[in-house]
Amino acid sequence: MATATGQTGTVAHGGPKGVFPPFNKDTFGSQLLWLAIAFAALYLLLARVALPRLAAILEVRRGRIDDDIAQAGKLKSESEAAIESYQKALAEARAKAQALAAAMRQELMAAAEQRKKQLEGGLAAKLAEAERKIEATKSAAMAHVRGIAVDTAGAIVEELVGKAPGKAAVERAVDAALH
Amino acid sequence: MKSNGLKEDASDMDPIHQFEIKKIVSFGHIGGVEIAFTNSAAFMFGAVALIVGGLMLATAGRALVPGRFQSVAEITYEFVADMLRQCTGEAGMRFFPLVFTLFSFILVLNLFGMIPGLFTVTSHIIVTVALALLVFVTVIGYGFWKNGLRFFKLFAPSGIPIYILPLVVLIEIISFLSRPLSHSVRLFANMLAGHITLKVFAGFIGMLATGLGVFGFVVGILPLSMTVALTALELLVAFLQAYVFTMLTCIYLNDALHPGH
Amino acid sequence: MDPVIGKYIGAGLACIGMGGAGVGVGNIFAHYLAAALRNPSAADGQFARLIFGFAVTEALAIFSLLIALLLLFAV
Repeated sequence: MATATGQTGTVAHGGPKGVFPPFNKDTFGSQLLWLAIAFAALYLLLARVALPRLAAILEVRRGRIDDDIAQAGKLKSESEAAIESYQKALAEARAKAQALAAAMRQELMAAAEQRKKQLEGGLAAKLAEAERKIEATKSAAMAHVRGIAVDTAGAIVEELVGKAPGKAAVERAVDAALH
Repeated sequence: MKSNGLKEDASDMDPIHQFEIKKIVSFGHIGGVEIAFTNSAAFMFGAVALIVGGLMLATAGRALVPGRFQSVAEITYEFVADMLRQCTGEAGMRFFPLVFTLFSFILVLNLFGMIPGLFTVTSHIIVTVALALLVFVTVIGYGFWKNGLRFFKLFAPSGIPIYILPLVVLIEIISFLSRPLSHSVRLFANMLAGHITLKVFAGFIGMLATGLGVFGFVVGILPLSMTVALTALELLVAFLQAYVFTMLTCIYLNDALHPGH
Repeated sequence: MDPVIGKYIGAGLACIGMGGAGVGVGNIFAHYLAAALRNPSAADGQFARLIFGFAVTEALAIFSLLIALLLLFAV
């Protein structure tokens, strides 16, 4: 190194001894000493104070976020349960309403049926009555028809023959003709 | 290369000058080695104060919904934790304080260096070697403490035919031993080379301006824009080297935790 | 011949090694990008391996640079 000092001219006159400063062994001792002190101090301060503090902050945040996510999950499942129960209640109410409506319809239909039957029964009775009356009238008329026929037949025979026939004979002849 | 317009141009134009270690207070000699509080030490403690103070201030509110600063602290925490977890699994989380310390320390020191006029601690090889050796010793110590002699399986990957095994073991051992070298020199060389390049291009501006007058000011826009672009690149490198250093630390720690993979 | 000349020539020669590492690093990122465009969903999972490959390749460039720096400033 000593031989180089004089020869590396342009470089040399910068330093006090003309040695390239990073290779100047005279400064190594104090540099190493202060580096050791500074590095150890930095290591201790970081490892004991600063990094645990940062780690704690990050840990708290992570815990908080996890808590919040768990909370959100719980709320979500709660709301889902609420929706489910609401839908169940809705379905129940709907079924109830449908059952009610069906029962009502049944009742109404039964009442209508009954009234219809009553009405029909009344009508049938009136019809029977009317038929009976017609029958009675008809038979009465028929009875009158026989008398008239007998009278008429007697009168016709008297007119034709000139002599009134026996009432019994005419009645026999009319009955034979009628039946 | 010398400009004649400036006195003491060595300190202004010399790209090496920025790496000079200056004594602030000297505590005398211990065993022939001078112990002094230097600008390098001041920046180390500045980084420690910034990291610890920043983290404490950012987390002072302990807000559930983080503010801007607390978000930065949390993102950094998660970033390093994910990196470590991805490489080593949950078993590696015991090294989280170490890995976080390494990452934040190197990142802040690298970024300090990007501020013009400030000293770059990580551009000194003794610092990066010390950090890399710390990781190396941790890996070896923890590897033997946890796995015992099974730690040697690290050098004999499974599924290798027996006749090339000696060669593979030799290569593995060499690559294992060269780890602290590449680990430390990568950070050192990136910081050193980046800052030298920046300083050289920035020096061109001064040289053009003092040497060529008005014409120099006009042409000086070229190295100026180059310096701006390089500053952006160096910011990326400052972050990337801290990331790479930490990522490699995680990968090496994984070897200590699970040898024979 | 001045031995200092040999030192500077050696430093320059050592820096040639960084070119090879540059090709290697370019290869790594090129293939990563190509693979990531084919299957973007798998890209993030391989980022650690990308960085590891990049770091191992870059280590070789760093050895070259280290030799150059040692020749320039320490020998």
